[in-house]
Amino acid sequence: MSQAVHAGQPGLSGAGRLDMTGLRDALHAEWTKLRTVAAPAWLLAGTIVATVAVSTAATAAVRCPSGTGCPVDTTKLSLTGIQAGQAIVAVLAVLAISGEYSTGMIRITLAAMPRRSAVLAAKAILVAGLVLAAGAIAVGGSVLAGRILLPGHGFTAARGFPLESLADGPTLRAAAGSVLYLALIALLSLGIATLVRESAAAIGVVLGLLYLSPIILGVVTDPVWSHRLERYAPMSAGLTIQDTTGLRSLPISPWGGLGMLAAWAAAALLAGGLLLRWRDA
Amino acid sequence: MTAGTVTPYQPDQQTGRDGFAQLLRAEWTKFRTVRGWIIGTVVAVMVMAGLGLFTAGVSSSSCQSASGGPARSGQGCGGTIYPVGPGGEPVTDSFYFVRQPLAGNGSITVRTTSLTGLLPSSNPAAQGPIDTRPGLVPWAKAGLIIKDGTTPGSAYASIMVTSDHGVRLQDNYTSDTPGLPGAVSAASPRWLRLTRSGDTITGYDSADGTHWTQVGAVRLAGLPSTVQAGMFAASPAWQQISQNFGGGENGMVAPSQDTAVFDQLSRSGTWPAGAWTGDYIDADGGSGIGGFHQASGRFTVTGSGDIAPVVPGQAGDVGTTVTQHLIGTFAGLIAVIVVATMFITAEYRRGLIRVTLTASPRRERVLAAKAIVIGSVAFVAGLVAAAAAVIFAAQLAHARGSYVYPVPWPTELRMVVGTAALIAVTAVLAIALGTVLRRSAAAVTLVIVVIVLPYILGAASVLPVGASDWLLRITPAAAFAVQQATPQYQQVTAIYSPNSGFFPLAPWAGFAVLCGYAALALGLAVVLLRRRDA
Repeated sequence: MSQAVHAGQPGLSGAGRLDMTGLRDALHAEWTKLRTVAAPAWLLAGTIVATVAVSTAATAAVRCPSGTGCPVDTTKLSLTGIQAGQAIVAVLAVLAISGEYSTGMIRITLAAMPRRSAVLAAKAILVAGLVLAAGAIAVGGSVLAGRILLPGHGFTAARGFPLESLADGPTLRAAAGSVLYLALIALLSLGIATLVRESAAAIGVVLGLLYLSPIILGVVTDPVWSHRLERYAPMSAGLTIQDTTGLRSLPISPWGGLGMLAAWAAAALLAGGLLLRWRDA
Repeated sequence: MTAGTVTPYQPDQQTGRDGFAQLLRAEWTKFRTVRGWIIGTVVAVMVMAGLGLFTAGVSSSSCQSASGGPARSGQGCGGTIYPVGPGGEPVTDSFYFVRQPLAGNGSITVRTTSLTGLLPSSNPAAQGPIDTRPGLVPWAKAGLIIKDGTTPGSAYASIMVTSDHGVRLQDNYTSDTPGLPGAVSAASPRWLRLTRSGDTITGYDSADGTHWTQVGAVRLAGLPSTVQAGMFAASPAWQQISQNFGGGENGMVAPSQDTAVFDQLSRSGTWPAGAWTGDYIDADGGSGIGGFHQASGRFTVTGSGDIAPVVPGQAGDVGTTVTQHLIGTFAGLIAVIVVATMFITAEYRRGLIRVTLTASPRRERVLAAKAIVIGSVAFVAGLVAAAAAVIFAAQLAHARGSYVYPVPWPTELRMVVGTAALIAVTAVLAIALGTVLRRSAAAVTLVIVVIVLPYILGAASVLPVGASDWLLRITPAAAFAVQQATPQYQQVTAIYSPNSGFFPLAPWAGFAVLCGYAALALGLAVVLLRRRDA
């Protein structure tokens, strides 16, 4: 009896230490998994290419003819590609967990690392980190494209459109916020994929959740409901981080909007984590 | 038992057309026995219909938010709705009518020497009486009209001079035929003539009163023997619409008016009344600007309003369109794409594809059977969902007192069947790309991104109209053109944007674009399926 208590004691007191090493081991394992398959690298490259390409195309399509006031938020315009890039980020994040379910690898993973929350935390940290890095390149490229293209399309400093620069406070906030936005989309997708497990269904849920809100907003004429949608839908709220003009009329402040997306991501991860613990793999 | 057992499959194969029926049956069995796919299909139907109901349900308060101004009648609030024309479409039928009854056949000829007007000056949104300045809206019109009666929405044919579009022959709200070009003035007057013979009304124009050209002949079915005929003037509301970057539209609307001078009036046939009557014809009971003055054979007629179809997307519009009730198509589409992709990628994941291809070594037939099964399922699901969305959303909107732009039944049928076909072909595209990529997540994302994202960027983003139009022409999202409820009328000034339910391609042309992509993807899938090891 007393022996059993003693045997339990070191384990309990060592729990804190085990936590850290557990997470470090999990991180190491997850990093090896991500690094040794080709898909994540391709998807990260695809995120950068899609974001920069769509941003550049959108920026190239808009002109400010002389003699008219152009009510264009050029910063938001040059970051349009995020709306395409987020889809690939979602795939990356979904595959980080669903890929294991589809091959049965998850059972080996969980057998090797029985602390399931550590596995999910390691995946979240790694995916978010990779997306932050790729997102920074993608956003940098988009801003650079805007900087090069916009003055040639009539958006000159003389007409109130200074050269796009990260030294400008709101532009920096929009750019850095867009990188964070992508990372939060990754976390949201990871959470949903942990809940749904099946990759096709998970990606459908994620893209439906993201893309439906702007479509529905286009047809809802009721001001109360459109305000609600703009405030609470993850994509509409999260993308307010890109707004640099008309901030007073926004339904939610830029950081508030990103916070709303963070709340969605946290809720999805929490729900996913709880189900991961409770369900058989 | 020992001899003759070499060909046990022969009888089986001969029952269907080379066994294709069995293949279809096998694929159908696979589909219906996976619970997740059935659930996914049901979810698709439910979200599609549900979002349509949501759109109709939350739009009831649009009356309060509309700031249309006094110019347009039938705002759809308080029970007033737009009159419906002979073709079933909502119309504006407000104009000043100087009329006499015409019994039986006959004709009326007149010379027009002037068309002038008044526009609101700069800011009609300001309080107080609206200042005016001389000027005409492009489609200010005045001329001759023969009309079934004075009921708004009734059949008519008219020949008119316009501000910017020359002489036009218009009938029954939607048809518009050009005549002599150029503006009217004392130096270049226009002679106009309308002739009634039975159900046929013929319009002529002339620049000198002697050489006449037939602009066109129109048939107005069921025209009564006594019609109302005479001169009219109408001037559509002046509108300034600026498209917000971000999707929304800001509109300012104010009434405009025009005044035409007619002389050298001549008539043939039986005109029993003897004197001219002037009325403002309007659904609301006559609140528009109008009047006429007759002196020594000269008629000066002033009017406002328009005789034209009503389209969503005009400034100050209210209510919802059937297109908006089908907005759930996007949600249904995503669910169907997931199911259709998994219908093939699940075989790769489980290794079932090797069994399938061993049992049926002609691989393209397996793909064809799968495409037919999933396409049919998607079509039926889409048909049920679209019909439910259109029917129940309209009922809900009516019950909540919100206006729904009426659509002629053939158009509504095309929208519902077209939506089902759009979903079916997208399912085929998904199964083809699923075969090409063999990975669910990648295939699902690719299909969603190529069909949904162009619509978002086109309809609800910062892109200018030109760029959006291109996106909705060359991407699979072009197929959403099947959901266009109202054609674009050149004689009606409005923002014809995807957000208001207008697409750059004709309905079936847009659908053909999607079919083209699906065919290409299927072709690529067949080539890869045959070449690659499973």
